[in-house]
Amino acid sequence: MNPYVANTSRDVREMLAAIGVDAIDELFRDIRPEHAPRSFNIPDGKSEYEVMEYVGSLADRNASDLILFLGGGFYDHYIPPVIPSLISRGEFLTAYTPYQPECSQGTLQALYEYQSNICSLTGMDVANASLYDGGTALYEAMMMALRLNGRNQVVMDGGVSPIFRKMLRSYTSNLNIEFIEIDPSHGQSDREKIKDAVTEKTAAVILQNPNFFGAVDDHSDIAALAHDRGALIIQSVYPVALGMLKTPQEMDVDIVTGEGQSLGLPLSFGGPYLGFMATRRKFIRKMPGRIVGETVDTRGRRCFVNTLQAREQHIRREKATSNICTNVALCAVQASVYMSLLGRQGLKDLAQVNREKTEYLKTQLSLIEGVEVKRSAPTFNEFTIALPVDAAQVVERMIDFGFAAGYPLGRYYPSMTHYLVVAVTEKRTRAQMDQYCLSLRQVLDQAGA
Amino acid sequence: MKLIFEKTQSGRRGLSLPQSDVPEQKSMDSRYCRQEQLQWPEVTELDVVRHFTHLSQRNFSVDANLYPLGSCTMKYNPRFTEALAALPGFAGLHPLLPQLGRGYALTQGALQLLYEMESLLCEITGFDAFTLQPLAGAHGELTGVMMMAAYHKARGNHKTHIIIPDSAHGTNPASAAIAGYQTVAVPSNSDGVLDMERLREAVNDQTAGMMLTCPNTVGIFNSNIDHIARMIHEVDGIMYYDGANLNAILGRCRPGDLGFDVMHVNLHKTFATPHGGGGPGAGPVGVAGKLVPYLPISRVVKDEAGTFRLDYDEPDSIGYVASFYGNFAVIVKAFAYILLLGRDGLRQVGDHAVLNANYVQARLKGVFEAAYDRLCMHECVFSAVRQMEQGVHAVDIAKFLIDQGIHPMTIYFPLIVKEAMMIEPTETESRESLDFLIDAMLRAAALAGAQPDAMAAYPKTMPITRPDEVLAAKQMKVNYFAPCG
Repeated sequence: MNPYVANTSRDVREMLAAIGVDAIDELFRDIRPEHAPRSFNIPDGKSEYEVMEYVGSLADRNASDLILFLGGGFYDHYIPPVIPSLISRGEFLTAYTPYQPECSQGTLQALYEYQSNICSLTGMDVANASLYDGGTALYEAMMMALRLNGRNQVVMDGGVSPIFRKMLRSYTSNLNIEFIEIDPSHGQSDREKIKDAVTEKTAAVILQNPNFFGAVDDHSDIAALAHDRGALIIQSVYPVALGMLKTPQEMDVDIVTGEGQSLGLPLSFGGPYLGFMATRRKFIRKMPGRIVGETVDTRGRRCFVNTLQAREQHIRREKATSNICTNVALCAVQASVYMSLLGRQGLKDLAQVNREKTEYLKTQLSLIEGVEVKRSAPTFNEFTIALPVDAAQVVERMIDFGFAAGYPLGRYYPSMTHYLVVAVTEKRTRAQMDQYCLSLRQVLDQAGA
Repeated sequence: MKLIFEKTQSGRRGLSLPQSDVPEQKSMDSRYCRQEQLQWPEVTELDVVRHFTHLSQRNFSVDANLYPLGSCTMKYNPRFTEALAALPGFAGLHPLLPQLGRGYALTQGALQLLYEMESLLCEITGFDAFTLQPLAGAHGELTGVMMMAAYHKARGNHKTHIIIPDSAHGTNPASAAIAGYQTVAVPSNSDGVLDMERLREAVNDQTAGMMLTCPNTVGIFNSNIDHIARMIHEVDGIMYYDGANLNAILGRCRPGDLGFDVMHVNLHKTFATPHGGGGPGAGPVGVAGKLVPYLPISRVVKDEAGTFRLDYDEPDSIGYVASFYGNFAVIVKAFAYILLLGRDGLRQVGDHAVLNANYVQARLKGVFEAAYDRLCMHECVFSAVRQMEQGVHAVDIAKFLIDQGIHPMTIYFPLIVKEAMMIEPTETESRESLDFLIDAMLRAAALAGAQPDAMAAYPKTMPITRPDEVLAAKQMKVNYFAPCG
């Protein structure tokens, strides 16, 4: 039986009588006999306890206890329990899109605060109320840039997450968009090649900071040149790093996107995450996604509503700026709780601790024979090392020592099979990092390197 | 209520962070560092807890209120599924772990869950394969349309447009358009279903496919559905099923058996995962055999040894639509819900969702104009035309309901019904709840007749009265830290 259905047999009888039919089957008369399911071999229902046990046993069969030096855009930051405690309040959890502002001020104000926090983080004027994740946000930014200047060529730095780059290619395979991908040089954007590629035909230049190798950059010069040629700059950013790094606004970026998972969201094997987007005020009408704005009620009190809805699919249909409807509002609120807890000094401190620990590990690793720490660019909390042997094999061995040792680059950069990207967060202790180095020495010794 | 930024006091902290346990390092070259001061609030943990608790109290929710929002399936969200999704074995799992070798040994439980979920969805909907990657319903639509395009490309078809009924959700034409197709809208007839004559005129060799909700957004199941599918298939078009209304037909029929080639499922509707104030959801996509080669990568597969793997080697695939395997935590919740209900429980979903909607329709149609005077499926649509004669609109009735503690129904959608009021009670509401809704609606109608001018003042008991939406759009104040204008 379905424990979530309340109707008793008496209710059913009386309701059917009110409707004027004899049986529930009669309500389905438009579904003709030939429409009946060819099969419906779903297992019998189970008790809640049995499901808890079974699904719990699946959870137990995952190596979630590995010590993570693995990042790649998705990081193992500390999530204080007060966050899930607030976010699991039914009033946030079981509401829907705030179509009725009078009984949705909680979600609306929380999203307004989220937008404001994202604006302050990035330095931009306006932000939307969320997109699905960092990759789809980057895709939406690209589409927005194409709409803004009517061109169809995109210059993309190869230092942008290879996963995101693949997504952009997939989404646009049926569209007339010309991609020019520029291989990074020594881990950093090859600015000369990028500058050469940007012409009067270029709609947008897509960059990432820090990039997939962990390299930190200042893209101001690329932005200036692109603007000269009428192109827009899109930058994908890592929010925690912005506690320290030059903001997109300070580099004169036009559209900022990013993966907000590190703002208090669990890794959860890939989602739900949080795509954020911020831009210049003058571009707001071309921005996709919901936007919460301030207004007043009939008595002049400040309140919040979904605004500029004429951009959206439920009004504009095929002419909408995006097809997005359900976004990840709860994740945005979750991030806003995290940003509020951290505060301005907290993020600065968090960024500092992340970088300090990372620098320590870099130094320790550089003492291992055969390991070369790439130092061509500054890094934040992720960096690339070159190993004397295949990095994927090293990573596989490191699992025995309890480490997810990093992301081997060979999968997406075939010429870089000996390179490993290593990530550190505030959760990693000096003891863990020392142990990591010891283990790596052993693995390399065994490999005869 | 104050914004959190208005509660800030310099020097307050809301979180104790791990301190550095390593020797001091040389700091970052300042040319890479931000100069602009961050303006996040400075508050204590208690400030944050009170702030967000008070905010939450300014929301209606399924937990506290009837929420018959049409087309959104605001059913009860069980809590045991939340506990499962939060288990460290799921919540702490890094999505790149499957790529670290060891024959996927690091994530067998998670991959098995995905594999079994795909199988369940295939059996529930009658399709041959599923991808769980799409992150919401509209994202599923886009994925489906991309596969449609890949199919036509592979067959050398030159197709330009997708046919969409005028009653469709706005996401359908939007998804078709961003994937590069033109859209052709086909009107509904006076019975609320697709006008077959107009459809026949619209279908031609340029037709890439058709996107359809069945039952549609006026709550009617189209008995001609197999006939429509044949018409589209005759021009080698693809039939897309918008699964937003799947709740109505669970166990009664399956889109895959009806002639559809591809569909998305909204896990946050039919399979009871919470809507979160507008997401996250999940929009898995199922396909019939001819579209299987185009499914996004990765695909979850089970090898002969019973090991679950991720297959990236699909040369015809449309590629990556999400970074990983979908909104995994949402999938866990929906999976647990399906296991608990089982075959009979799923059938009861559809049965009672439809019973409840018809009961509401039967009790209200004497007072409100039913958009279509016939049995409905999981939702019923009324028009406020009778009340409009007194100058009262659908929005006024909606706002009246708020003061009765009821989240309003969907209003002004579907667009084909004037002054539409679309009610979807779902199967989890009891008869007493439905009677409470019905009584409130009847009181609204009575007040609209007796004192129509009084209706514009609702709601009166909320933290705010009606907001000035025009001012919001005009001033565009969307960031606390930036001035207007």
